[in-house]
Amino acid sequence: MQNQSNYIVEVTDLKKSYEKVDAVKGVSFSVSKGELFGLIGPDGAGKTSIFRILTTLMFPTDGQVSVLDFDVIKDYKKIRSNIGYMPQRFSLYQDLSVEENLAFFARIFGTTIEENYDLIKDIYVQIEPFKDRLAGKLSGGMKQKLALCCALIHSPDVLILDEPTTGVDAVSRKEFWEMLIRLKDKGITILVSTPYMDEANLCDRVALIQNGEIMSIDTPEKVIENFGRKLWAVKSDKIYQLIKDLKSLEFVDTVFPFGEFLHITLKTEDLNQDELISILTENNHKGIQIQVIEANIEDCFMQLMSTSE
Amino acid sequence: MLKHTENIIEVKNLVKKFGNFVANDNLSFEVKKGEIFGFLGANGAGKTTSIKILSGLSFPTSGDVMVAGFDVYKEREKVKKNIGYMSQKFSLYEDLTVRENIRFYGGIYGLSGKYIKEKTESLIERLKMKDIQDSLIKSLPLGWKQKIAFSVAIFHNPKIVFLDEPTGGVDPITRRDFWEMIYEASDSGITVFVTTHYMDEAEYCDRVSIMDQGRIEGLDTPAELKKQFHAKNMDEVFLKIAR
Amino acid sequence: MNRFIGFVKKEFHHIFRDSQTMLILFGMPIAQILIFGYIVSNEINDVKIGIYDKSQDHITHEITNKITASGFFILHENLNSEKEIEKAFKRGIIREVIVFEPNFAEKLERDGTAGIQIIADASDVNTANIVSNYTKAIINSYVKNELFTQGLPFEIIPEVRMLYNDELKGVYMFVPGTMALILMLVSAMMTSISIAREKELGTMEILLVSPLKPLPIVIGKVIPYMALSFVNAIVIIALSYFVFEMPIQGSLIFLLAETLLFIFMALSLGILISTVSNNQMVAMFISMFALLLPTILLSGFIFPIENMPKILQWISSIMPARYFIVIVKNIMIKGSGIGVIWKETLILVGMTIFFLGMSIKKFKVRLE
Repeated sequence: MQNQSNYIVEVTDLKKSYEKVDAVKGVSFSVSKGELFGLIGPDGAGKTSIFRILTTLMFPTDGQVSVLDFDVIKDYKKIRSNIGYMPQRFSLYQDLSVEENLAFFARIFGTTIEENYDLIKDIYVQIEPFKDRLAGKLSGGMKQKLALCCALIHSPDVLILDEPTTGVDAVSRKEFWEMLIRLKDKGITILVSTPYMDEANLCDRVALIQNGEIMSIDTPEKVIENFGRKLWAVKSDKIYQLIKDLKSLEFVDTVFPFGEFLHITLKTEDLNQDELISILTENNHKGIQIQVIEANIEDCFMQLMSTSE
Repeated sequence: MLKHTENIIEVKNLVKKFGNFVANDNLSFEVKKGEIFGFLGANGAGKTTSIKILSGLSFPTSGDVMVAGFDVYKEREKVKKNIGYMSQKFSLYEDLTVRENIRFYGGIYGLSGKYIKEKTESLIERLKMKDIQDSLIKSLPLGWKQKIAFSVAIFHNPKIVFLDEPTGGVDPITRRDFWEMIYEASDSGITVFVTTHYMDEAEYCDRVSIMDQGRIEGLDTPAELKKQFHAKNMDEVFLKIAR
Repeated sequence: MNRFIGFVKKEFHHIFRDSQTMLILFGMPIAQILIFGYIVSNEINDVKIGIYDKSQDHITHEITNKITASGFFILHENLNSEKEIEKAFKRGIIREVIVFEPNFAEKLERDGTAGIQIIADASDVNTANIVSNYTKAIINSYVKNELFTQGLPFEIIPEVRMLYNDELKGVYMFVPGTMALILMLVSAMMTSISIAREKELGTMEILLVSPLKPLPIVIGKVIPYMALSFVNAIVIIALSYFVFEMPIQGSLIFLLAETLLFIFMALSLGILISTVSNNQMVAMFISMFALLLPTILLSGFIFPIENMPKILQWISSIMPARYFIVIVKNIMIKGSGIGVIWKETLILVGMTIFFLGMSIKKFKVRLE
């Protein structure tokens, strides 16, 4: 590799505009070799645009973007043969069997299944029993595994996965992330985008993205550290009533449901728990629980969203 | 509160087969009026099949299914009048405006013109979408679309609303706004039947059913399920059942 | 090369696994040619007729001879009264009765006019129309060619169509047209749809990101359809030769070469369509409205170009099928060589280069 810099991907002040909308509004980040980098944000945040520019499928409107030290505009051909890409909602060829799909992608990348079998082995053995089944007849989780195999078949230096776990059930998602972490251990640099905030914790570094702008970029631990406020979890037997009651309190800043608890932040320094309990008891809440908790990525994301607006 | 007493959905020994494949294997459950009922399961576990049967789009192979007091086999037109439906995709017409979409759906259910007009006004007011009421749906962020889609699904005051992954890909704040709308609907007596891949959302439900390979493997309140499966959260419950 | 073969193989898998595509590819051409062929050919061979000759003179005998000698009609019975006509029709064997009025020759010489009544079995309207038209045509040609030449100076307009039996043997007209239509459909529509499908599924993104270059992608898409279209063309020619006894007067090799040229043109057009359409539906509609309808309506396949309004004639001159139909007719029926149809061939070559150039220029290596 003539890779001189330490970065596999370097993006500087990237902008992308379509006819009416600015999808990406000046984004900068870099990804080091062997890193598992997550682009976390909801639909419409600009994730797909960024990935399409990285994979040379689209031109940037402005800014510098290089992948493996190749420029995405001038050297797009060199980039293309060295990356593995799984587009959003990638559906493979439904009318080809598992094995035929894989053989096809191996062939167009000028390789064979055998040549890189080591790399995909862990994943492929899980779908091998169904290798003669048509891809269209596979379950969601299996399709995804096959798609990952296809993206890996030519042993790329970088793997770019656009929302691979969207619409996939929790079990398959978990398995998929386990596979990604094993691939990372083999030295492959991975860029992955996802709307599921809980997946952020599995990345080395994350960029939280919203409305075409990166709100924060750091390790998941640092992102959480930067939350910088006290957070309480509150629970009672009437959750909807609790939301309304807490929102009506003067000293409460934000109220967000998280599972069975509500996460709240305050406008004041500290919380007088007894006072809150008595207010809530007055409003007929039972089984009240209040505790200080540590923020998670989703708390951080929401805080960043509200401060940036 | 008087909710959670009367059964609004009753399913007894529901079986649905496609050839030799059993998509729904002897399901029996009830959903109470006003309940928020979470319907979870892995991809391909048979959720979609069940929802299609409950909403009158598909017939069961055998078993009794009553929805809103009507038999889905014999009275499916009545069933359809009493339910609302919203899926992650295709819920709204992208090339119609917010107002046009609302009026269109009101029209489908045969509501009177005057009623539609009044209700449209109050709905747009409540959604705080006065400024964008004449914008095309496709120009709006996903989260807004989903809020509108939900409002449209309950526009005709159905007894039950089916929500198929309503919050997929929506940003976390809007996702929570959305759930507040669900709570509000439930509070007003509408039964909410919802599927989701976000496990934290499962905890927002009054009761949750978890399907695996065509069968219901767990059905209770989130707290009871966690106890039953010795799990910290719903994520773990789900993994234990579906793995 | 290995990459390329893999690609072509994949395309064949797509085609052979989709029963609907297979049906369009092979069922439709055969069905079309049989339908078009039989509609016409059944009705013009050996139609049984009856003749009620009230005059029995030399002219009526001559006309009767002309009709039976044409090869389309067989004189089934001679009738002797009006009543017998009805009976004859009721037996269901004859389709037409020709009635000559009494003193036919005499009247003709004296008044310059005489009456023939043609009665056709109109329970099958189409057949009745065609049969009576044939009869009229034969009588008219007799009147023109035999009677008027006997004295009066008469202008005879040589009609090419009659010479090559165009109007009478419809199958000769339909085979080239059907061939053009089917090759256009299979080649242009199927390629454009199959490329658009990859865009829709998202697989095109992967192909673009792969080291596969645009040209091999396009050629890989085209080759299977080229092969299948060619097989189709051979099936059509074989059917028309063996089933409808349409002659191939000219060189078969030359005919196949011209067919291949037309297929190639249609494929280039298909690729061009796919570059401007992002999904299968758009590809389908463009193919339908920009290719099929004009091919049917404006190429001279069904409606003669000479009879069209001027503006449609101009439009028809940019219809590739128009030239192909002329080429096929010339080779098959007249046995012409390149000397006669070089102009049409050159036009097709030009169109191919134009479409191919345009589509290469328009083919995007990116998504925008």
